[in-house]
Amino acid sequence: MKKIFILLGVLGIVSVLAPFAGPFVILLLAQVLVLGIMAMSVDLLLGYTGLPSLGQAAYLGVGAYLTAILATRYGIGLGWDFWLVVALGMLSGAVTAAFFGLFAIRASGVYFLMITLALGMCVWGLAYRWNSLTGGDNGINMRGRPKLGELAFSNDLVFFYVCLGFFVASLLALQLLVSSPFGRSLVGIRERELRMRILGYNTWLHKYIAFVIAGAFGGLAGVLWAHLNGIVSPSDVILTTSVDALLMVVLGGPGTLVGGLIGATVVVFLREYLATLVQWWQYVLGAVYVLTILYLPGGIMGFFKGGKT
Amino acid sequence: MDAKFWLIQTFNGVSYGALLFLLASGLTLIFGVMRIVNLAHGAYFLLGGYVALTVIKASGSWLLALPVAALAIAILGLFMERIFLRPLGFDPLRQVLLTVGFAFLFQQAALDIWGGDNLIVQPPAELARSIVVGGLHLPLYRIFMIVLAAAIGLALWFAMERTRIGAVVRATVDDAEMARGVGIDTSRVSMFIFALGAFLAALGGVIGGAFLGVYPGLDFEVLPIAFAVVIIGGMGSLAGAAIGSLLVGLADNFGKALFPEVAYFSLYAPMVLILAMKPTGLLGRE
Repeated sequence: MKKIFILLGVLGIVSVLAPFAGPFVILLLAQVLVLGIMAMSVDLLLGYTGLPSLGQAAYLGVGAYLTAILATRYGIGLGWDFWLVVALGMLSGAVTAAFFGLFAIRASGVYFLMITLALGMCVWGLAYRWNSLTGGDNGINMRGRPKLGELAFSNDLVFFYVCLGFFVASLLALQLLVSSPFGRSLVGIRERELRMRILGYNTWLHKYIAFVIAGAFGGLAGVLWAHLNGIVSPSDVILTTSVDALLMVVLGGPGTLVGGLIGATVVVFLREYLATLVQWWQYVLGAVYVLTILYLPGGIMGFFKGGKT
Repeated sequence: MDAKFWLIQTFNGVSYGALLFLLASGLTLIFGVMRIVNLAHGAYFLLGGYVALTVIKASGSWLLALPVAALAIAILGLFMERIFLRPLGFDPLRQVLLTVGFAFLFQQAALDIWGGDNLIVQPPAELARSIVVGGLHLPLYRIFMIVLAAAIGLALWFAMERTRIGAVVRATVDDAEMARGVGIDTSRVSMFIFALGAFLAALGGVIGGAFLGVYPGLDFEVLPIAFAVVIIGGMGSLAGAAIGSLLVGLADNFGKALFPEVAYFSLYAPMVLILAMKPTGLLGRE
């Protein structure tokens, strides 16, 4: 719990300082928070349940495309019905995961990696090719963010606070989940699935439920992602998005939730900020991948715990 | 949609499948022998194309570019395996992230060296012609691709099934521990297979550079398709890779021609189904 309070304290300081930051930094911070939600959903699978998902971008994509299609075609979600879209986004992520999970949860180890990769590519394929629905390669341009009464999300600072609110709510909800008996049994499955099964747990169902919940939070991240960027395109759903999400968790420290945000900070900083400064930013990103795997088995959080993971 | 359409699409599908075989046969061997999920395999394909461009520019010889590019990338793969992958042990997640890191490094290096334009590896003029068979214009280059992939497939099959080296590799695939027990140096087998996989991928990059082009991002475009081939055929199986390549090549062509809106979905959905029903693929072993 201590780490959660430290993180909330840091976020509190950031939110106080945010009005003084430049517009670009505000956008980056909002990106960190949204991808942080996605990274936490990956952490629920990888860090707590032991399922390395290589297709989490799929749920982000489903949530983002749903938001974009509802907003641009039907004008839904641009006023108070934004909350409806948030609910629908989470639901669509959960339903997609519930369908995909029927296939994926049967697999384990390297096969789980492969099947989640394939499922992610299915969603990418539809996004890329189903022109009449998704706009194909061009994607869908949003026509502005929601306006709830006097509160206009089009102001980047306001939207940053919205993302912050959703992040904190997600963090608390997931923290509650992983410290519940259900969350403890997920950890049991991660450590030794066979023993849990012998003890009478339905491990398939536990993993399935975790997968669906992770999908719901992926969908939530997608709703925010669509409004944050103002455009949804197949490049949001590509393999590297999923791989980045995995790196965020491994880099930050799996099984900590908080680590996801730390990892997201590093990755967003490299991909979005460093890329504007130097041509060779991708060397740094590649090096972060390689060095994390070689020297930081417990991630940054594990490093602070003195190597204990 | 007359007979001609079907024949041409089948021909295109088979020739695309031939290219996929070059890419996927190495990937499947690497997985079969070393259990490594190599996400840098697409980068080998891309780098192969780029090195070939440099060789062609320097020497003017496309024929020389083929072996030089493939060998250069094989050496690169060999170093990567020895220095980074071997000490990592078997942990799919860490392998995935490590090899992705290398894919990013290679991508950036390629961008710095060769720039961001879409370049074409120009085959020699003799192969740029078409021949007419039964009223169909067939590009000679695509026929060459099919012949080359078939020749390499046969050579690999012969090497694996009929030679001592092949027996050693197969023993390592089936039971590495037992293979070590009878005195096989499985570490050296892994090194050899990893280099061979990189060699084949780079060869594919040179061949494919004539009609896919060579450009940044190509690596991550071909990578998931290669995985689809490997999964459908069965990880570790050469014959599986051949069948998978044909199926995926044909599905890709007919998908794009007949139902363009679900073209890629129709590639990856079978991959999901196979993984869910029979994770070892069509021809993979337990």
